[in-house]
Amino acid sequence: MLLIPCPWCGLRPEIEFSYGGEANIARPADPAALTDEEWGAFLYLRTNPKGRHAERWRHANGCGRFFNAVRDTVSDFFETTTKPGELPPSGGKS
Amino acid sequence: MSEAFRTRDGGRIDRTRPRSFRFDGVGYQGLAGDTLASALLANGVHLVGRSFKYHRPRGVVAAGSDEPNALVGVWRDEASYAPNLRATQVELYEGLRAESQNRSPSLRFDRGAMAGLLAPFLPAGFYYKTFLWPRRAWARFWEPRIRAMAGLGRAPTLPDRDRYAQTYAHCDVLVVGGGPAGIAAALAAAAGHARVILCDEQAELGGSLLAETEATIDGMAAQAWLAEALARLAREPRVRVLPRTTGFGYFAHNFVGLAERLTDHLAEPDPQAPRERLWQVRAREVVLATGALERPLVFPENDRPGIMLADAARTYLRRYGVKPGSRAVVATAHDGAYRAALDLHRAGVAVAAVADLRPDPEGPLVEAARAAGIAIRPATAIAGTKGRLRVRSARLVRIGAEGEAGGGASAGETVGCDLLLMSGGFTPSVHLFSQSRGQLAFDPVSAAFLPARPAERCRSAGACRGTFGLAAALIEGYAAGEAASAAAGRGGAPGLGFAVTGAIDTRGGTLGATPHGRDAARVKAFVDFQNDVTAKDVKLAVREGFRSIEHIKRYTTTGMATDQGKSSNMNALAIAAVALGRPLPEVGLTTFRMPYTPVSFGAFAGFARGELFDPLRRTPIDPWAEAAGAVFEEVGQWRRARYFPREGEDMHQAVGREVRAVRQGVGIFDGSTLGKIEVVGPDAAEFLNRMYVNAWSKLAPGRCRYGVMLREDGFVMDDGVVGRMAPDRFHVTTTTGGAARVLATMEDYLQTEWADLDVWLTSTSEQWAVIALQGPRAREVLAPLVAGADIGREAFPHMSVRACRVAGVEARLFRVSFSGELGFEVNVPADYGRAVWEAILRAGRGFGITPYGTETMHVLRAEKGYIIVGQETDGTATPDDVGLSGLIGRTKKDFVGARSLRRAAMAAPDRKQLVGLLTEDPREVLQEGAQIVANPQTPAPVPMLGHVTSAYHSPTLERSIALAMVRGGRARIGEVLFVPMPGRVVKVSLCDPVFFDREGVRLDG
Ligand SMILES: [Zn+2]
Repeated sequence: MLLIPCPWCGLRPEIEFSYGGEANIARPADPAALTDEEWGAFLYLRTNPKGRHAERWRHANGCGRFFNAVRDTVSDFFETTTKPGELPPSGGKS
Repeated sequence: MSEAFRTRDGGRIDRTRPRSFRFDGVGYQGLAGDTLASALLANGVHLVGRSFKYHRPRGVVAAGSDEPNALVGVWRDEASYAPNLRATQVELYEGLRAESQNRSPSLRFDRGAMAGLLAPFLPAGFYYKTFLWPRRAWARFWEPRIRAMAGLGRAPTLPDRDRYAQTYAHCDVLVVGGGPAGIAAALAAAAGHARVILCDEQAELGGSLLAETEATIDGMAAQAWLAEALARLAREPRVRVLPRTTGFGYFAHNFVGLAERLTDHLAEPDPQAPRERLWQVRAREVVLATGALERPLVFPENDRPGIMLADAARTYLRRYGVKPGSRAVVATAHDGAYRAALDLHRAGVAVAAVADLRPDPEGPLVEAARAAGIAIRPATAIAGTKGRLRVRSARLVRIGAEGEAGGGASAGETVGCDLLLMSGGFTPSVHLFSQSRGQLAFDPVSAAFLPARPAERCRSAGACRGTFGLAAALIEGYAAGEAASAAAGRGGAPGLGFAVTGAIDTRGGTLGATPHGRDAARVKAFVDFQNDVTAKDVKLAVREGFRSIEHIKRYTTTGMATDQGKSSNMNALAIAAVALGRPLPEVGLTTFRMPYTPVSFGAFAGFARGELFDPLRRTPIDPWAEAAGAVFEEVGQWRRARYFPREGEDMHQAVGREVRAVRQGVGIFDGSTLGKIEVVGPDAAEFLNRMYVNAWSKLAPGRCRYGVMLREDGFVMDDGVVGRMAPDRFHVTTTTGGAARVLATMEDYLQTEWADLDVWLTSTSEQWAVIALQGPRAREVLAPLVAGADIGREAFPHMSVRACRVAGVEARLFRVSFSGELGFEVNVPADYGRAVWEAILRAGRGFGITPYGTETMHVLRAEKGYIIVGQETDGTATPDDVGLSGLIGRTKKDFVGARSLRRAAMAAPDRKQLVGLLTEDPREVLQEGAQIVANPQTPAPVPMLGHVTSAYHSPTLERSIALAMVRGGRARIGEVLFVPMPGRVVKVSLCDPVFFDREGVRLDG
C-alpha cells in the first residue's frame, strides 16, 4: 500500500485517498460553444500514458481536499504532489 | 511404536518430554521440539503423501517451508481442520492428529496411482487438450474422476471457531529472517537505538545455526552464541522478536505483511487466544535475511520416499537427532552434501557412495569425506532409482567428457540404499525482494539470480544475497542492520567483527536436468514435485511453441503450486533455456507473487466476520422498529424496516394494510437514511444552479423543490428535495445510497472547477432523523405538536419548509410527499429522533396512525409513477427519458450535463422512456428486470424493446402494476407488448406511469 504525500497532511496511507482522473482537464468555460466532437473529447479522451501521468487525487478520508500529482504508471509511485494552482505539474507525454 | 531412528544424544529436542501423536490413525511417539516430519522420520516413516497428478508415493524432501511433498491435514476438531500444512513446519504437541492427503483409500494402496498408468494421456497442458474429445465424455467421465483425484487436501466442513487478530505496527528496521545474517542485523540496529522487528517463520530463531554443531562465533559454540544474542535482543525494549512469523508479502513503501501463528503448536490452547495474528508493518527500512533453499537434482525417479535434500538430512540429524535412513547414497554437485555425508557417517549411517556430477570435486570437505573412507565417485550421475514405497536402490552412471551419461537402461552400477540425498546447490530466497519490485540480476559465478536494484528502502544480507559462509553472513548482516538504522535516522553502531572458526565455506551447484543416458521421452525426472511436473513436460511445452517462461509456467503449471516453486523454479528455467537454445538469464525468471507460504483465510479476515464483516448502519428509530417486530432489509450498509407485520400477517397482507392506512388515514415512516448535505454561503444558489438541472435562484426561502442532478455525460445521477432555509443556506437531500457520491461530486466541482464560489458543503446525513408523516390525516396529527410555524393548508403549501419546533424539539419541517398524499417530513437532531417519533405516534393514536416500511413506501411511489434513481434509471437515462424534462431550468445557460443533453442522440425518439405496464391478468406481478418484446414469435435473437424496472401488487388499484423503460415508450402508450418468461409469455399493455391520482389533487389535502 502506497504512502501518498497530501500537500496539507503529509504522508498518509493510500486507503485514505480517492483517485480523481487525469489532471489539467478544465471544464470548458462555455460548453455550448463546443461541437459534439470537442465536447466528446473533453468528456472521454485521456492521454493514458505509460510513465509520468498528471493526476488529480483527493484526500477523501482525511482533509477532503483535491490536489494534483505526478505519478509513474509503471512503478505506481508518486513523483510530486501539489496544491491546486501551485506549480501545475506537467504530465502526460512530457 | 519406538523411535528406531532417533540418535542417542544431540539435537534441540527435549528427550525428557515424549509426545504421542497419530498419523493416519496410527499412534507414534516423538519428542518436544520435533516437527511432525522429524517425528515421523524418527519412527522410520518416509511415505507421507501421494502426488497431485499421478498419485505417486512421496516422502519428506525438505526440513522447512520449502517442503513440496509432505502436506498434511491437522485437526483438533472438524472446525479447526487445516489442510495442506507442511509436516516440516507442524510442531509436535501431545495428542496431535494429522493425516496424509491425496490418497484413497490409503497411502500404501492408492487407487489414484492408476493415474500413473494413464500418464501418457496426462502430458503437460492436458487441462487444455486431452479432454476436448469427445465433448460429452468430459462431463460424464473425465470431470468427476479428475475432481475426485486432483486437488490438495480438503476444506473443513464446519465454520472456523477460532479468533484471528490483526495489528498494525511501525518500526525503523524490519528484519525478515532470523538466521545469522538477520540476527546480526537486528543486533546492529538495536545498538543504534532503532525500533526493530525481527521475524522468522520457524518456532526458534537461528536458521542454519540451529543445526550448527562445529563452528564457534567469538569464542563461543555457535548455538551458545545464538542463545546469548537472542537474550540480548530480548532485553532490548525497542526490539520485538516474532518467532513462528512469516513475512509473506512485500508491498509498496515498505508495507510488509507478516503472518504469526500463535496457538497451533500448543496442546491445549486458550480458547480465548487468537490462533493467528496478521501484522501489517510499515517499516522505514527493511533488511531481508531470508536465506537460501537447497535445490533438488532432476534425475529419473527422483521422487521416491527416502530421497531428500542433503542439507535437510543434516538438519534432521543435527537439530532433531533423527537418522533419516540406514544406508545412504549421496548425489550432489555441491560441497555441502559432503558435510551431510560426513555427519551421517559419524552418526552410524552407512554412506554407500557420493556421486558427484563434477569431474574433480575438491576442497576440505571432500578431503574429509575421503579420509573418512567414504567412496567418492566423480563425474557420476543418478540414472534412475527403484523401490515402490521407499527408495531401494540407485543406479550410478559415469558422465563422459561431453557431459553425457553412459547409455542404456542397465548401464552403470546399482547401489542399494534406503536414503538418497541430493544437492544441486542453493537458490537464494529472493521472493520478498522480487515482490517489492526490486530488480534481480543473474550472477554467472553462483549461477543464481541475486538482488540488484531495490525498488524500496531495503537491503538484502546473507545467503539471500548470495553471500554464503557463516562469517560473511554475520558481517554482512551486521553491516546491513547498521546501515538501515542510520538510514532510518537512528544511530549507526560501531561495526562488529565476528571471529568464526570451524565453518567451512562450500561451493558448487548445477541447474536443470542431469544426464542419465536413458530415453528422455520415457523417464520421469521431476522438476516440480508438488504439481508433478517433469523435465519432459517443460521440454514438451517448448516443443509445442511456448517461448515465454511465463507461458511455459502456466502451460506446465510448474512453480504454480502452494510452494510457489521454491525448489523448482531455477531447475525449470534451466531446462526451458536449454530447450529454447537461449542463455538462461535471457529467458528470465517468472514473477514472484505473494504469499511466500500459504496464509490462512482466517488471518486475512481477522475480526471481519459475521456481524463485523461490514458495518451495519442503524437509524435512531431502528430500536423502536425492532421492538415493534419490523422485518428489515439491507439497503447498502443501512438496515431499514421493510414492513411491520401484525400477528399472522405475511408481507403481502402487511403491505396492503400499510398502503391503505396511508391512502385513507395516516402512516409514519422512518426516512432517516436519506442523504443530507448542508450547502451554505453567498454563492450557494449559484452553485446549485450549476450542479442541478433545476433553477434555484428564484426559489424563495421557506420553499423547496425536487432536484435532479446529472453527470457531465447527461445521465441522471441522483435526485432529492432541496429546501431553501435562508438566502444563503440550502438543505439538500440525496438518495440513501447516493449521499457520499453526491457530496464527493459537489466537492470536486467546488474545489477544482469553481473555486471562486463562496460555498461550504457539510454532510448532515447522520445529524438529522427524518420522520415522514403521510396521508390525508397527517396535518391533524402533526399540528398540535408544532410550535413556531403555521402549518395550515394555505400558510404551508406543498413544497414548503420551516424551521420550527416539533414535540418541543428544534426541527426543520418539510411539506413534501413521496406517496402522493398530503405529507410532511420532520427533521430533528438524530438524538431526538426516537423521542419525536414516539410523540407523533402518541398524537396519532386516535387517527389509527400506522408505521410503514420501505416496501410500502415503494408501492406508494410506484402507484404515483415516482422514479427511484438506480431502479428506473441505470446510468443511461436522461431527465426526459424518465419524464422529468420539465424540471430543467430553461433560462440557465449551463449546468453539469447540459451540453451532453444537446447531443442529437439524447433526443432520439427511440430512446428508452418511462411507461407504465398493466398485465392482462391483474393478479400477475411481473418480474423486475424482465425483458419486453414486440413479438415473442420472432426468431431469435428477438429484439428487446425494454425492461421492467418496478413491479408490485397495488392495494389501491387492487391489481398488479409495473413501471418499465421501453424504446419510444411514450408513443407506444396503448400498445400491447410481451414479456417472455420461462415457459410462457405475459401480455402487457402500455400506459401512463402515473396509476393513481393523475391530477395530484391529494397532495393538496
Ligand atoms: Zn490531506
